[in-house]
Amino acid sequence: MLFVKDAPKENIFVRGARVIDPGEGLDAVLDVRIDDGVIAALGQTLDTNSHRVLDADGLVLAPAFVDPHVHLRTPGREDEETIASGTAAAAAGGYCAILAMPNTEPVVDSAATLGSLIEAARAEAEIPVGFLAAITKGQSGAELTEMGELAAAGAIGFSDDGVPVAAPGLMRRALQYGAVTGRRIALHCEERTLSGDGQMHEGEVSAELGFTGYPSVAESLMVERDLALAAYERQPLHLLHLSAWESVQAVRRARAEGVQATAEVTPHHLCLTDEAIRSLDPNLKMNPPLRSASDRTALIEGLKDGTIVAIATDHAPHARHEKEVPFEAAPFGVTGLETAFGALYTHLVEPGLIPLEVVLDRMSAGPARAYGLDAPRIVVGSAANLVLLDLNASYRITEETFRSRSVNSWLLGETVKGKVRATIAAGRLAYST
Amino acid sequence: MAEIRVMREDLRPPATPPRRHFISIKDVTRDDVERLLATARTLERSMEREVKKLPTLKGRLVINVFYESSTRTSSSFELAAKRLSADTMSIKSSGSSVDKGESLKDTAITLGAYDPDVIVIRHPQIGAPNLVARVTEAHVVNAGDGKHQHPTQALLDLYTMREELGRLEGLHVAIVGDVLHSRVARSLIQALALMGAQVTLVGPPALLPRGVEAMGCEATTDIAVIGGADVVYVLRMQRERMQEGANYVPSLREYAARWGVTPERLRPGQKVMHPGPMNRGVEIDPRVADHADALIETQVRAGLVTRMAVLYDLLTSGPIEVKTESVLEVA
Repeated sequence: MLFVKDAPKENIFVRGARVIDPGEGLDAVLDVRIDDGVIAALGQTLDTNSHRVLDADGLVLAPAFVDPHVHLRTPGREDEETIASGTAAAAAGGYCAILAMPNTEPVVDSAATLGSLIEAARAEAEIPVGFLAAITKGQSGAELTEMGELAAAGAIGFSDDGVPVAAPGLMRRALQYGAVTGRRIALHCEERTLSGDGQMHEGEVSAELGFTGYPSVAESLMVERDLALAAYERQPLHLLHLSAWESVQAVRRARAEGVQATAEVTPHHLCLTDEAIRSLDPNLKMNPPLRSASDRTALIEGLKDGTIVAIATDHAPHARHEKEVPFEAAPFGVTGLETAFGALYTHLVEPGLIPLEVVLDRMSAGPARAYGLDAPRIVVGSAANLVLLDLNASYRITEETFRSRSVNSWLLGETVKGKVRATIAAGRLAYST
Repeated sequence: MAEIRVMREDLRPPATPPRRHFISIKDVTRDDVERLLATARTLERSMEREVKKLPTLKGRLVINVFYESSTRTSSSFELAAKRLSADTMSIKSSGSSVDKGESLKDTAITLGAYDPDVIVIRHPQIGAPNLVARVTEAHVVNAGDGKHQHPTQALLDLYTMREELGRLEGLHVAIVGDVLHSRVARSLIQALALMGAQVTLVGPPALLPRGVEAMGCEATTDIAVIGGADVVYVLRMQRERMQEGANYVPSLREYAARWGVTPERLRPGQKVMHPGPMNRGVEIDPRVADHADALIETQVRAGLVTRMAVLYDLLTSGPIEVKTESVLEVA
């Protein structure tokens, strides 16, 4: 279900890193030897076996990241991102796997479109990539896609991300039929009659700036509906990019009642609030919008207590000229693959809001399990999916930083701490600096 | 070839002050407002002369760019610039390259190539003046950006209130109507709060923005409270908000019945203001609009001198010598 370009597995020796794998309860200074793309030995003062050596003194080695929510803009907007540029950006961000959303032009709603993407990924993907297919044809919310055929063709899950499945009856059918395929259904929760043409979170800041509000209840109402349907059908579901505390509450309650719901949150919702929009910077415009300080606190709490299992970038590249316009004229979405760890480390780990181990888990094992993938692990015998992090490196994020074809990052010009030094994805050194 | 000489430090002309704009009331201080109001008053006195033109801004270029229709604001900016002897140029979105799909950024860069001293811009989108300020070297004046700000309107309203009532500090102003869609209301709430006035918003629930009290005002749906205000400021009820499916209020008829400003809802002597254009019989009863206590025409006259003051203030190197109004000391 994950596809990557064909490349030889490598022999790599990572020397003297602080190796952290929260899932294994591991936190020790060790050498790691990778033979032919597989972790072959963990220990102190190992023999390098003439492997390529990465000197990791003072660095952290962790399971590489998995991003469950990326827009690769291919097919249709290759000027904004391609499979090659998007996966290169992901490698630079420490990712060993990413999942691409199907809201492309055309929408990934047929085995033919999916097949061409898989073929392209096998030719150009720097790290493994999985593709979600649409729940409804053309994401129009009217008719289910041929989910069985799409799953057989390699779809890793189903989503109409970008738009909600508006009709509850159709949503129920999607949950019922999706179960047959064994793939996860991932939902963008938004009640459009409440969000309307909302530009930002409805609250004190929107009242002052004059932007049309996009109230929290537009999200949480749909979250409640989808959880109710999942409970009734006893089917699992994954909730995309939660932004509101009411949504976190709803997921926590439903999980306690036994609903198999997983949820994700983005770095920008964890790091920022709607106060940031006073700058009127179109790179702060996204859907769902940045919300209030209490929403941000609830998201952080939800991430810590496991209500939210995954951090997802919702990497959404946009052409420069589309974002160099007044806020209301700009499209929703910001990039995030290359900045996620630095942003989270700077805004959450360093200030003591979230422990490093929690961030590492929610960026790797959490999202992998949500989609039924093997979690990257640091144990002998498992495939090498590793990220080497420099927690002391500070650097300024500039347009030149990016491998992505787009530069619509909310972090442009900001100095962050926490840098990815190397990424080993599926046994291959995909990035190093 | 001219000889190059090193100039003594103390003989250098003073450094150019940082480029200033007038984009949001949020960006100005109470002292700035006092200075602008005082300048406007000085300019108003000069308008009493037979020859009204002043040479102050001779040789300066003021470009007015209007992406939305406007009578009051565009005419008063143009006249304000002309009264100060500046060269003016007016661009409207229809009939310009905007019609051909040119982006705001490109239009601004094009106009910036003429080295204007001031660009006055009205645009339907929030933040358009900020974008123009980023890509040109001109001083930018916001003549209304979407639902965000209309700072010169707020200034002329303050000027009108101070001239008519003698003070701003402690003044109670009720702003009635569609606050949600009103840039006039947003600028005015901030400006009145800055000057120490008390503001109460009155309107239908769906047209009072959630969280608006954080701007330093009260909000209520009860029209009866306007009876307690010194000034009743009536907002325009925009017909386009009443389109099918919007449902902010069931109908204009129902709005007029519940929130229309009628003589019965006012006390004698209460001042009434409106930014125009009015919908007589909807938000304002014709008897109120035409009554001597309505300051609507005064507002228009104040618009000219306050906009002159803004242009003057931006283009003179620093704060001008201004004698503070005596009412201030009282307040």
